[in-house]
Amino acid sequence: MNRTLRRKAITTVVAWIVALLIFFPIIWMLLASFKTEIEAVATPPRLIFTPTLENYRDVAFGRANYLHCAWNSIYLSVGSTVLALLIAVPASYAMAFFPTRKTKDLMLWMLSTKFMPAVGVLVPIYLIFRDTGLLDVATGLLLVYTLVNLPIVVWMLYSFFKEVPPEILEAGRMDGAHARDELLLLLLPLALPGIASTALLSIILSWNEAFWSLNLTGPTAAPLTYYIASFSSPEGLFWAKLSAASTLAIAPIVIFGWLSQRQLVRGLTFGAVK
Amino acid sequence: MSTEASQVPAGTARAGWNLAASGGRMPPIRAMKLPSIVLLVAWSVIPLAMTLWFSFQHFNLLEAERHFSGWENYKYLLTDDALAAAVVNTLELVAWVLLITVGLGTLLAVLFDQDFWGRGPARVLMLAPFFVMPTVSALIWKNLLMHPVNGLFGYLMQSVGLQPIDWFADLPLTAIIIMVAWQWLPFATLILLTSVQALDPERKEAARMDGAGPFSMFFFIIVPHLARSIGVVIMIEMLFLLSIFAEIFVTTSGGPGNASTNLPFLIYRYALLDFDVGGASAGGVLAIILANIVAIFLMRSLSKSIET
Amino acid sequence: MATVTLKDVRKKFGDVEIIKGVSLEVLDREFVVFVGPSGCGKSTLLRLVAGLEEITSGDVLIDGQRVNDVSPAARGLAMVFQSYALYPHMSVSENMGFSLRLARVPREERAKKVMAAARILQLEPLLERKPRQLSGGQRQRVAIGRAIVRNPKVFLFDEPLSNLDAALRVQMRVELTRLHDALQTTMIYVTHDQVEAMTLADKIVVLQAGVIEQVGSPMELFHHPDNLFVAGFIGSPKMNFLRTGARNVGEGVARVTLPGGSELAVPIEQGALREGAPLTLGVRPEHIALAAGGQVRGEVLVVERLGASTLLHVRVEGGDLLTVHTDGECPVHMHDQVALSLPPDRVHLFDERGQALARPVRHPLADARVRGPAGGVA
Repeated sequence: MNRTLRRKAITTVVAWIVALLIFFPIIWMLLASFKTEIEAVATPPRLIFTPTLENYRDVAFGRANYLHCAWNSIYLSVGSTVLALLIAVPASYAMAFFPTRKTKDLMLWMLSTKFMPAVGVLVPIYLIFRDTGLLDVATGLLLVYTLVNLPIVVWMLYSFFKEVPPEILEAGRMDGAHARDELLLLLLPLALPGIASTALLSIILSWNEAFWSLNLTGPTAAPLTYYIASFSSPEGLFWAKLSAASTLAIAPIVIFGWLSQRQLVRGLTFGAVK
Repeated sequence: MSTEASQVPAGTARAGWNLAASGGRMPPIRAMKLPSIVLLVAWSVIPLAMTLWFSFQHFNLLEAERHFSGWENYKYLLTDDALAAAVVNTLELVAWVLLITVGLGTLLAVLFDQDFWGRGPARVLMLAPFFVMPTVSALIWKNLLMHPVNGLFGYLMQSVGLQPIDWFADLPLTAIIIMVAWQWLPFATLILLTSVQALDPERKEAARMDGAGPFSMFFFIIVPHLARSIGVVIMIEMLFLLSIFAEIFVTTSGGPGNASTNLPFLIYRYALLDFDVGGASAGGVLAIILANIVAIFLMRSLSKSIET
Repeated sequence: MATVTLKDVRKKFGDVEIIKGVSLEVLDREFVVFVGPSGCGKSTLLRLVAGLEEITSGDVLIDGQRVNDVSPAARGLAMVFQSYALYPHMSVSENMGFSLRLARVPREERAKKVMAAARILQLEPLLERKPRQLSGGQRQRVAIGRAIVRNPKVFLFDEPLSNLDAALRVQMRVELTRLHDALQTTMIYVTHDQVEAMTLADKIVVLQAGVIEQVGSPMELFHHPDNLFVAGFIGSPKMNFLRTGARNVGEGVARVTLPGGSELAVPIEQGALREGAPLTLGVRPEHIALAAGGQVRGEVLVVERLGASTLLHVRVEGGDLLTVHTDGECPVHMHDQVALSLPPDRVHLFDERGQALARPVRHPLADARVRGPAGGVA
């Protein structure tokens, strides 16, 4: 075997071992979700077993509060994303195409609001929510998520808008396009992949958010993060079902993450890494 | 001539607009930016001001009375053993997770930059932990892996004749560190991998022509190139790691005692378990100060990289 | 009628003045080229005419109407961008028809106009393709086609050929000239390449640092440059410059010293030229001849053989380097000693401010009409 081929083979083995090791806890949970409760806690842990779908059936069809929480997660992530986009698109458009001397400072300030630790404002937010009756109301949490994600959404949209070559918009103006035509017929189609990645990132961040969702909700508004957390006292008989519930809870987001991994770097590092 | 146009710095007019081009009408720029600005100002200023205000109050949700108490909350906080423990734990948590994620992350970035079979799928597997909900990952580690009786680790240790570790009783902070590092390793790897892939292949070829082997390549070419990204990863991770909450909430609840309590969890405890609003607010101010220290450095870095 | 007039146009970006008072007349159906080194403001000037930049002061008139506050599309102009700026998500026919779609022109009429433009540029087989599927030359033709569909009063070109390879550039130059002849429309063209300027223009506007250095026909600029800058900019290889002085000024003649000591009697127009005034002598490489009795002697440092012609780089007495452009059969080798002869009636003299001294006899081509009755050169 020649040198490069051998190197590639060794690298393949090493890299796959590493990848599987890192992924292992998820595999283990996946396996547990297909076991019966007894098998799930058996020692020694069984690798060979007859898989069963009873856990998934139980979770998806048997537990109303799982579905309720799943619906809340969807409502919160999609809703906050849509709201954030509606507020952010005009702002990013204005900053990207009509920059002023203060634009950079404005963007930096917006990003800085994301650096504030949630725990520092837990008390006032909790009290405001309590006094306005927003505790355990999904829409209240939706507003929080929108505000928490807004800086990243504005930033990502801004950076994608800036990637549209300005000459294309100028050519549009020469062809007679007014602001509305420019936005709808030229900018939006060209920036659509960027807008999609931004939306995906916002959905991912909202879905996985595990501070406000644990402190501002109760049975009515709880998303899946809360639902899973409520199983934190170990009761052995629930582990297989817990695994099934968890798998269902994380599956869509892991897929989204895989789809948008390249664009995520931009949003996750606030543009510091290109 | 509009005032907006006269504010445009040289060189940016290309991407901008002007009255002539729009037939005399500018789009309502200020109005378009206003909602975001107003909302974020409200979100950042009002709660912050309230926290500050409460921190100087004797305010407990269980008591009827509320009065101004000056520095009392702070004095109490700074003499509280729990705070000292929380701060130490927070710093330990951050330091270890940074060490593991950045150290391993660099190696993994170099590994995944290589050409090998099935690189795409392997990368998906490697990135997955970052997208798992913190509560789920906490429960996987707590129940399926680290549980002394039913967990996999316990079984593996027994099978080689060792006593299984009761992670959450004996090594709670370590267990949290492992969990959080597992979750954040893909983040560091992804960022550093992106950076490694941006390394000009001609630089590497020139080094190879000069006789650089794999170790020299790593230390003299790759690591210096990554220096800036490593800095960014460290700062951003620090900001988020200072706020770790869910993993502790779900597994140890800060225990045993204060062994795995970090600053966010302590504040949560004061606020929603002890109902001591004043004390929690003082703690909150402390957390904000800590975060701001990191944020200042991060802002400086971002300021250089954002182009307008 | 499509005339463009600029009256003392100025443009500032912040505190920096890029265009410093430009006044210009572009006549109906003229092909005018703005040429100059990078940073001279030629693109900015074009964008001011287009309406993509706002004018700080001064006026732009199209057909006598002041258009400072009129939007680009309403000015009746079309522009071909350096990077073509095609809409990536639209097909070629959609790109070309976009302006008509914005103007709510019905689909059949749109299709007809697009087809007519496509025919002129041989784009019919490409109509359904997307820009990323086209070569550079094809994209450029689509950009031109998009402009043609608008049936503008004036075409604006912003360095359209600079992204093409050399062979394609030559071909496109020919096509642009024929296009101008076929469409009979006013065209304003920006380039940094003086060859493009010379071959395409009815009238060249040479710009430097936001100011017009000279306006004239290609031959006028070539044979009668007004100043050192234009003399050095137009013509390739670049004109040779030697520092000299007026040894003797007589009736319509100035005697100047050449390297090596000999004298040259250069005919100039009667004017105030004092004895001993420092002058710059300019002579084009193609006007220097190898002659046994030549006034200037030197050693050949480098011989560049292009086949059809030869370039000699000669170091003459005194240390100056002269470039000589001679025929391809030239038998000279490196390190040969040669004698060069400078024709007094082809030599240019520039005073200490860089201004050219006028010559009594003008070159016949300098004032001739370049094009037939349809073209417009004063």
